[in-house]
Amino acid sequence: MTGQHLDHDHVIEMQRLTKTYGAGETAVHALAGVDLTIQRGDYVAIMGASGSGKSTLMNIIGCLDAGTRGRYLLDGIDVRRLVDRQLSLIRNRKIGFIFQSFNLIPRTSALRNVELPLAYAGLPADERRRRALAALDRVGLADRVHHSPAELSGGQQQRVAVARAIATEPVLLLADEPTGALDSRSTADVLQLFDQLAVEGRTVVVITHEDEVAHHAKRIIRMTDGLVVSDERQAGVDDPPPRWASAVVAS
Amino acid sequence: MGVGGGRLVNVREMLRFAWQGVTANKPRSALTTLGILIGVAAVIILVAVGTGSSKSVQDAISALGSNTLTVSASSTAAGGRGGVGGFLGAPGGGTEESTSQNATQTRTPELTMADAAAIATSDEAPDVLGVAPVVSASSVTATYEGASHSVGTFTGSTPAYLLIDNTSVAAGRSFTDSDYTNHARVALLGESVAEDLIGSDVEDLVGTSVSFNGLQFEVVGILESKGSTGPQDQDDRVIAPATAVQDTLSGYGALGSISVKAGSADTVEAATAQVEAILDARHGVTAADRDYSVSSASSILDAATSSNQTFTVLLGAVAAISLLVGGIGVMNIMLVTVTERTREIGIRKAIGARRGDIVGQFLVEAVLLSLFGGVVGVVVGLVGSRFEIVGVQPVVAPYSVFLAFGVSILIGLGFGLYPANRAAALRPIDALRYE
Repeated sequence: MTGQHLDHDHVIEMQRLTKTYGAGETAVHALAGVDLTIQRGDYVAIMGASGSGKSTLMNIIGCLDAGTRGRYLLDGIDVRRLVDRQLSLIRNRKIGFIFQSFNLIPRTSALRNVELPLAYAGLPADERRRRALAALDRVGLADRVHHSPAELSGGQQQRVAVARAIATEPVLLLADEPTGALDSRSTADVLQLFDQLAVEGRTVVVITHEDEVAHHAKRIIRMTDGLVVSDERQAGVDDPPPRWASAVVAS
Repeated sequence: MGVGGGRLVNVREMLRFAWQGVTANKPRSALTTLGILIGVAAVIILVAVGTGSSKSVQDAISALGSNTLTVSASSTAAGGRGGVGGFLGAPGGGTEESTSQNATQTRTPELTMADAAAIATSDEAPDVLGVAPVVSASSVTATYEGASHSVGTFTGSTPAYLLIDNTSVAAGRSFTDSDYTNHARVALLGESVAEDLIGSDVEDLVGTSVSFNGLQFEVVGILESKGSTGPQDQDDRVIAPATAVQDTLSGYGALGSISVKAGSADTVEAATAQVEAILDARHGVTAADRDYSVSSASSILDAATSSNQTFTVLLGAVAAISLLVGGIGVMNIMLVTVTERTREIGIRKAIGARRGDIVGQFLVEAVLLSLFGGVVGVVVGLVGSRFEIVGVQPVVAPYSVFLAFGVSILIGLGFGLYPANRAAALRPIDALRYE
C-alpha cells in the first residue's frame, strides 16, 4: 500500500475499477474502468440510464459487492482485502444505506428499525435508544417512533430509513434512487432533508436517474456503458448545496 | 485497520429478533410447535404406559407369593440330552425306580411323580415345606345342563397344591388325601368356570356333576376368586386330584410341573438349591446340562421385567420417531421462513449484521419453536399420563420427561442449523434484490 493514497480527506478513492459478470464471450462488463474520488463533505449525484453500471457502482461503493479489478479505498481502507466479517463491520460503521423501497423491517417499530444497526454495532440498550430517538427527531419523526412501517406513509418510511442511516454516524450516506417510490411532495421533503445533511457536512452519494434529484447535488457524475462520461460541479465541497439557499429563502 | 473484532449482538436482542419471527405468523408457528408437542407428549405417555404395565405385572407376580417355587421340565435341554443321555444316564441313574423308567422310556426330559415324592420325602430338603405334583390337561371343555365352557387351565394335583398356591375354597370343601389315593373324580371349579356353567349362583354347583370332555366329575367346591393378571383370567381353572386326572384326561405321562413351597421368602434360594441337588442326583445331570428348571416368583419377575423393558423401549422408539418427524417439520418451516424473509436478511446484512448474527437469530427461532413444543408437550404428557390407557394406569418415568424435553431442544438446534446457515450464507446483494 503506497502512502500517497491514504488521503483521509477522500471518503472514496477508486482507480480503474472494473466489474465483469460471466466469462469468455458471454462476459458483461458492468464497469469498464472507473476512476472516482469523492471528498469528505461532498454531495454527489451519480446519474445514468438503466444498464449504465450505476447500480453496480453503488453496490461496490456500499461494500455489498466487490469489483473484479482495480482499487477501491473507502475512508482509506482497501476493502478488497477484507473478509466477509470485516465487510459487515465496514457496512455497519462507515456506510448509511438509503434504498428506493425503504427496506425497513416489517412489523417492527420505527424506533426498533433505527436501533437495528446500533444493535449490530454492539451498543448498550440505553445508548442505542438515545441515539435512535435523536436520529428520528432529526428527520422530524419524534412523534412517530412507535409506529410500524405499515402505519407510516412512504415519505415517512423513507425518513425512518434516513434516520437509520445516520444513527451510526457513518462517513458516507449512500442513497439508491431514494425518491423513486415517492410522490412529489414526499420527494421534496426527502431532498430537503438531504440538503440539510449536506449542510451539516455529511458526505452524501445519491444514485439517481432523475434530474430533479441531481440538481440538489454539489456534483453530478454521469455514467454510460460502465464508464464515467461527465463530471460536473454545481457547488464547492465546502459550500451549501445549490438548492439550499433558495429553499431557505422560500421558507 | 480498526475493523477487526466486534462482537455479536447480545442474547436479549437475538431473542427479541427470534420472538418477532415466531410471532409474525402465529398459526404457522403453532402448527409447527404441534409436531414437537405431539412427539414429546407421545414419548412421555407411551413410556409411562410401558412402565405402568410393567408395574402391574410386577404387582401381580408378587401377589402370587414370593415363596413358591415351580419345577418344570425344560424343553431346551431336550435336544442336547437326546444324544448323550443314554450314555450319561446309565451310571448316574440312582434309584431302582428311575432306572426302570429310563429303560422303558426314551430319555426325554421330564418330571415324574417319583421326582415329586423324592423331594417331599427327602431329608436333604429342610427348607421345603410342601410339594405338589402338577398334571395338566389341555383342551378341556366343561358341560353342565347344556351350558359349556372351555377351561383355561385344568390342573391335577394333591390337596397340598391349594396351600402352596395360596388358594382357598369359597364354597363346599377341598378334596382330601383319600380322594387322591382313591382316584376320586371330584373337582374344584374356578369362579369364571362356575359362572359360565350356572350363572351367578355358583354355590348351587357344589354337589352336582359336571362333565369334562364327557367324563363326569363331582363338584365338591368353588375356588376363591383371584382376579386377573393382565389378559389372563386366573379364575378360569379347574383343580382335581392328579390321580383322577391321569386316569381320565391327561394320561400317565410326565408331570407338567412340581410346585414347591419354601418356608419363607428368605429361604427360597436355599430351597431352590436343595430341590436342584435332589433332582440332579435323580436325573444324573449337573448345573450345565440340567433338563429341568426351578423358577420362583422372583425369577419370573425378572423375566417379566426384562420383557416389559423391551416393550417400553419399543413404545418409546415409536414415540421418538414422531418426535423426529416433528423436528423435520421445524426444519421445513424454518426453510420456508428463510425464503420468505430473504429480503429482511438482506437488509440486516446491509446494515451490518454478521454471519453469526443471522445464524443466531434463525437458530434461536427454531429452538424457540421446539422449546415451546417441548414445554407444552411435557404438560400434555403429564396430564395425559393421569388417565388409564387400554387398561393400564401409566406411571410417568422421570427420565422420559427430561429425555423428551432435552431431545426437543436438540431437535430445534439440529434441524434449525441448516436453515439458519442457509440464511446467513445469502449474499446481501442477492437478498436485497429478492422480491
